[in-house]
Amino acid sequence: MSIENQSQAMTRRGFLQNSGIGFGGIALASLLQQDVPGGTLTPHIAPRAKHVIYLHMIGAPSQLDLFEPKPELVKRHNQPCPAEVTKDRDFAFIGKTSTLAGSPFKYTKHGSCGHSFSELLPNLASVSDEIAMIHSIHTEEINHAPAQMFLHSGFGRGGRPSFGSWVSYGLGSENENLPGYIVLLSGPKGGAGTSLWSSGFLPSIHQGIQFRSEGDPVLFLSSPQEHTTKDRRQVLDTLSDLNRQQLAATGDPEIETRIEQYEMAFRMQASVPDLMNLEGESKETLALYGAEPGKASFANNCLLARRLVERGVRLIELYDADWDHHSGLDKRLPAKCKQTDQPIAALIMDLKRRGLLDDTLIVWGSEFGRTPLRQGGNAKGTSVAGRDHHKDAFTMWLAGGGVQGGVSYGRTDDFGMDIVENGVHVHDLNATILHLLGIDHQRLTYRYQGREFRLTDVHGNLIRPILA
Amino acid sequence: MTQLPHSGFFVRLLTCIAAVAVFGLGPGTCWAAEGGNAPVSFERDIYPLLQKACFECHGAETQEADLRVDERTALFDSGSIVPGRPEDSELLRRVALSKGHDEIMPAVGDPLLPSEVRSLRQWIASGANWPEGFIPPKHWAYVKPNRPQLPEVNRQSWTQSPIDHFVLAKLESASLEPSPAASPEKLLRRVHFDLIGLPPTPAEVDAFVADPSQEHFRQIVDELLARPQFGERWARPWLDLARYADSHGFQRDDLREIWAYRDWVIQAMNDDMPFDRFTIEQIAGDLLPDATESSRIATGFHRCAPTNVEAGSLPEETRTEQIIDRVNTTGAVWLGTTLECCQCHDHKYDPFPMKDYYRMLAFFNSTKREADRTNPKQPSSIAFQGPSMNLADAEKDKRRKELETQQAKIKKQRTVRRGELQADLKTWVTTIEVDAMESMPDPVKKVIAKGPEQWTDKEEKTLLDFCVEQDTSSQKLGKQLNKIERDLKAAQPDTTLVMIELEQARPTHIFERGNYQNPGELVEPGTPETLHAMPEGPANRLTLGRWLASQENPLVARVVVNRWWAELFGQGIVATEEDFGIKGELPTHPELLDWLAVELMENGWSRKQLLREIVLSATYQQSSKMTKQLLEVDDQNKLLARGPRIRMDAEMIRDNALAISGLLSLKQFGPPIRPYQPEGIWTKVGGQKYNYQVSPGSEQHRRGIYVVLKRGSPYPSFLNFDATARLACTVQRSRTNTPLQALTLLNDPVYVEAAQAFAKRIQAEANELPLEQQLEYAFQLCTARKPNESELATLTNLVKLYPDDADKAWESVATVLLNLHETITKD
Repeated sequence: MSIENQSQAMTRRGFLQNSGIGFGGIALASLLQQDVPGGTLTPHIAPRAKHVIYLHMIGAPSQLDLFEPKPELVKRHNQPCPAEVTKDRDFAFIGKTSTLAGSPFKYTKHGSCGHSFSELLPNLASVSDEIAMIHSIHTEEINHAPAQMFLHSGFGRGGRPSFGSWVSYGLGSENENLPGYIVLLSGPKGGAGTSLWSSGFLPSIHQGIQFRSEGDPVLFLSSPQEHTTKDRRQVLDTLSDLNRQQLAATGDPEIETRIEQYEMAFRMQASVPDLMNLEGESKETLALYGAEPGKASFANNCLLARRLVERGVRLIELYDADWDHHSGLDKRLPAKCKQTDQPIAALIMDLKRRGLLDDTLIVWGSEFGRTPLRQGGNAKGTSVAGRDHHKDAFTMWLAGGGVQGGVSYGRTDDFGMDIVENGVHVHDLNATILHLLGIDHQRLTYRYQGREFRLTDVHGNLIRPILA
Repeated sequence: MTQLPHSGFFVRLLTCIAAVAVFGLGPGTCWAAEGGNAPVSFERDIYPLLQKACFECHGAETQEADLRVDERTALFDSGSIVPGRPEDSELLRRVALSKGHDEIMPAVGDPLLPSEVRSLRQWIASGANWPEGFIPPKHWAYVKPNRPQLPEVNRQSWTQSPIDHFVLAKLESASLEPSPAASPEKLLRRVHFDLIGLPPTPAEVDAFVADPSQEHFRQIVDELLARPQFGERWARPWLDLARYADSHGFQRDDLREIWAYRDWVIQAMNDDMPFDRFTIEQIAGDLLPDATESSRIATGFHRCAPTNVEAGSLPEETRTEQIIDRVNTTGAVWLGTTLECCQCHDHKYDPFPMKDYYRMLAFFNSTKREADRTNPKQPSSIAFQGPSMNLADAEKDKRRKELETQQAKIKKQRTVRRGELQADLKTWVTTIEVDAMESMPDPVKKVIAKGPEQWTDKEEKTLLDFCVEQDTSSQKLGKQLNKIERDLKAAQPDTTLVMIELEQARPTHIFERGNYQNPGELVEPGTPETLHAMPEGPANRLTLGRWLASQENPLVARVVVNRWWAELFGQGIVATEEDFGIKGELPTHPELLDWLAVELMENGWSRKQLLREIVLSATYQQSSKMTKQLLEVDDQNKLLARGPRIRMDAEMIRDNALAISGLLSLKQFGPPIRPYQPEGIWTKVGGQKYNYQVSPGSEQHRRGIYVVLKRGSPYPSFLNFDATARLACTVQRSRTNTPLQALTLLNDPVYVEAAQAFAKRIQAEANELPLEQQLEYAFQLCTARKPNESELATLTNLVKLYPDDADKAWESVATVLLNLHETITKD
């Protein structure tokens, strides 16, 4: 915590005491100017986005079957891959002798920008002009968990803060009643678990908080069944009273904070269920997303993401699992797209019509991409069996706050194996996302174990051409 | 600040590393400079400041903007300092800019403190004297500590230990008084948590209140140090360092068996194993000439490294990452030094070249791969391997022997029975009725149809097998055998992960730019040049262990006592517990640190003796009350003008609640336990599908140190109180204050159960007493003290809200008391 932040907190306490108001029941947000950052920084740069919705498809969707038409690859489908292409390259599963695999899916161009989308993404294609495509992302890890950690923390092993924790540390939260960094999960199990939204060596206050679609939305949110709200209020009032007496006796300012946290917990018991309840959404909106109240789905999570943005939550991460298509890609990829294409497009449209897209950045992507080479399947190759992990070139896209829609950046070769123009390292992507939030990635640092750590380590270049 | 004050959702106030770094009082030297008007000394004040703030980018390694300030001539030639003219000195202008300014220096990291800028200005104004031929002194932490003289103090009568002389001298120089002694109740509670991590019983409190003499306290301390719970309390921070967990981490986060190492740590601490031995066994217990099962279990320390067993992962990459983790962890734990900078280049400010890093790495380079393909041609065949050792267990061995004897016996009976059936086979065939034939398998029918004289051996066997299958006594024997096999499985020995050196050492190369696929110069195992010499012996882990735990090591004793100090006081004498290098904080009490370090080494590296010395000091026994004056002058308590006041850690909060409610089970050791956690917590992470089953009966109420730690999904209520997933060595946990903590204590079924049990306990144990005394008893269980009148009135009002529902009344009281800030605070 910086000197400013600490004195802010102190002053606020003074302010509320002097005005004779306790913390219970008042909405601080309404008392306080909304946009003052609560973190350690004043923005380095004018922020273009206030919120980020990060859509991470756990397992790595095939860019070659969604965004990257490669006619040459289709033409040479089932032919052996030239040895020089696979030389000095590690794959997770397939060996050095390998077979080229074209996409079985049809591509068309969309919007005035002419982005290519495969037939699996008809809805996303309809908002083509909102999207900035980056076809030249590359990373350093070829296994899921390390690559997921690398994408989110700039480091392929555990123990470092995630992107969201860095932003929470830097900018704090905008909402007094909700955490500043919220995580929503869908799909089967998979991925590196809580380490993806861990605060690493930053104080744990900056960790992502998972909102669950089953059971308590936030762990331990509900009071035990036999306790009425009135009972709970009486407990809290007594607790607060005793804590205050202890504060007077010991002078420990930490007690004041503790009292405040209990009040916030009480408010969350109302605000979180209200947030999670989709019943109040119009039929039209529910249909737009394909969301169904009470059901756990990626579509519901997309709608929740919009509701969280409306409530001022700065960072929302959606993890959707089951995109690791080593086999059966021809069936499994369409099935995943069916679950996600409509809600993602709906999210963009909904944010836009509500005027929220301008300051909400949407990032779509995964820990790496997939090979232009076939994995498994029969020798006849009547269908693409599956594709292996590919770290050297893949696609991610951004939309919304500060991003120039319709831009296409970076190019790969005829197979989609290597980048031929404007490579974007994961560190570059992270530097750019921070920039859009008003943060100079070189100046967001935290000293730990004798070193100034950064999300982007000692790397990172802004991808200026995609900025609006 | 013209803006209205505002802070985030989670307000965090008291302790945080960054706050200490920025907001705390300046380092020792600056304190001295601020205290009086002592002239600025280049050696003491300026050089270390430049070193800390500038050399990383403008030093020997890197010269940003072609500026170099680590050499006299280069600095003055650059014109960034004009002797005698602070107003024309660009360097001074830059460092004095406000935080966030585009031109502020240092460009990275925290700005200089106002006192540091003042010193610089004063130095420049007085002519910027950089003595010709100045040789920078060796950084304090790399110079071996000597036992310092006790400083003179005025208020001799306050001191109870040499520790108090150092603390009091500093307080007196700052014109501060120590706080009065803590009340007996609070002192007893404090020392209980600090030594065994559990609260005192009301009877123990009453006994000490009746006789609060130092002599009595000394007896209590000795008794606590001897309790088996001591090791459980002190193993917790060590296991954070060791990154101990019960699963691999990463995507295939399967469970692993290494709890014997956790038990070894607890036992070693209970036995007060000298810290040098404690070190050597963990680094190289397998290589000791007198290696035992126990010393081999100790090597689990470095087998705790997370392991990537994801299908398709590269075994050599995983191995490399693990040995890098081992070097970094060793540096953090025993040297208080971040070695990882020199993975890719020479360290920019601490004196460790890249070569030193790989020489250290060479010690760890010769163990087996721990994630490897079971079929070298099949990338998906990655399996967790690496040596694991069977644990001796006389009872299980005996049981296994019994079972094996039984097994042999029954097998024999089965053979005999088969013989009997074979003998009768020809007769038996004739007795089969036509109806029965219908349901027989075709091959059998065929044989029967043939007539015995035509049977081939194979056919006879087919028939006999069928006959045995149908035979009731054979079936019975078969069932018995199955059961024995199941029992045998359960009687297999437990295992634990250990280090075993390969017969043939692997060569170690420097990794160019830190990339293992890019091997450079070949290096031999060795220790950093700048530190003490390596002892005699083969260049292996054992010699490394001896080097780490050597009396010649200037760092280890200081680093260790500093961490223990921080456990008791909430922060170290060196606030950056993980960094004793040039960029670390200076010690607030350098002489005290050295005194403690020497004391530890000279007392046979005894942890218990040192802790005893500290808790018997007047410094430790002060009241933790914060006066307005103290909050203004020293809110971080760096001067130690009061006792410690810190929120307990996650495990202690749970242990305390269970102890208060009477649910706590003190059973020790063994496989990890599973307390209640909400449904579905383990279903969203990778690894084998585990059915999370809550441990039966009182097992689930054992201490937090035994709770299973799955790295991809740690026990949520611990995470909410700043425990980590132990993916890497953690030297200091953060200490936050959040609404999720409130929700956990109010609603986590474990705490709800504790509140209910606590309510029942009060009703059962104090039922005869008047209400006030019942409340007093409950309050005392949580805080060790009796409530005052006003507190009592508050609680009484709560009870009176439920005149017809005593259960509800007491459950409300219990919930309030378990949630009190005081209850979860060691104060």
